Amino acid sequence: MNRHKNGFVNGLHDGLPIALGYFAVAFSLGIVARKAGLTPVQGFISSVVNHASAGEYAEFTVIMANASYLEMAFVILITNIRYLLMSCSLSQRFAPNASLFHRFWVGFGITDEIFGISIARAGSLDPYYTYGAMSISIPGWALGTALGITAGNILPVSAVSALSVALYGMFVAIIIPAAKNNKVIGGVVSASFVISFIVSEIPLFDHVSDSMKISLLTVLIAGIAAALFPIQDKDDDTNTLSDEEVPEYDA
Amino acid sequence: MTHNIYFYILTAGIVSTLIRVLPLTLIRRKIKNPFIRSFLYYVPYVTLAVMTFPAIITAPQIPLAGIAALIVGVIAAWKGVNMIGIAALCCGVVFVCENVFLYFI
Repeated sequence: MNRHKNGFVNGLHDGLPIALGYFAVAFSLGIVARKAGLTPVQGFISSVVNHASAGEYAEFTVIMANASYLEMAFVILITNIRYLLMSCSLSQRFAPNASLFHRFWVGFGITDEIFGISIARAGSLDPYYTYGAMSISIPGWALGTALGITAGNILPVSAVSALSVALYGMFVAIIIPAAKNNKVIGGVVSASFVISFIVSEIPLFDHVSDSMKISLLTVLIAGIAAALFPIQDKDDDTNTLSDEEVPEYDA
Repeated sequence: MTHNIYFYILTAGIVSTLIRVLPLTLIRRKIKNPFIRSFLYYVPYVTLAVMTFPAIITAPQIPLAGIAALIVGVIAAWKGVNMIGIAALCCGVVFVCENVFLYFI
């Protein structure tokens, strides 16, 4: 029980900067939601059940266009397809006997950032750590959306601009230590940067949404890396990215 | 035909939840296939890298501020600064860069 509390508190701690970053991003998302005609309550609900930046942006454009529900389903499937990959990836880090309850709620909590910090922990996945991070970041996201709808432009532009890079700072905090410790990951990360940049500059791909680009590039680059540099060992400790000593979690 | 916003939200929510939850609930064993194992091992790093760059450059008002934030963030991460510290540093760099830039314009 104490271990669960510990995991939860750690998740809460690591979730705080995510919540702050989310709040700022969701605030600007709220401005889009307002254009689509959503009330603050509707924006709040949308952000609790969907909690995805690109996904919700797409969701609001579908609402704005008054398109069909089927189109909504398809657009969300495409814009959030990377979560499917993340969910597969997380399934390998769960203890095999982990309950359906934990599997459902950890899955529900997947966002780029929550996935990132959850997978970065050593050993088997601790659902309580993920719950801790979710419990502060999802309300931050939902409140940000609702406030963005209500208040429009309270925050000065320069503050929103500065806060907008908080998320990327967190991504860097996850990938760089891993790249430093493992040359193959270092190479894969560098290649990802370069390829991603090139694709963003090629006009041919202008019609492809950012979310689609991320999904396609992930499949492509990770696939090539897996073919060229298959991982050798069977234990999960190769995934150790965190500097902190994390107690082994048993479900 | 007009649509109900709550049904829109519900549709989006159901699809998102299925995408997130299905693999986690259906895949109960350790995958043995070395290619798939390796693929899933690389997925998080590639996804995060692809999402970070070049988006970090286009997110702020001034691209140069984003580049500076990326460089500072990478150096700080290399030196072992924690996640909150790096996120705060990146925000600080953008804030300072943009204000300095606007001051001279």
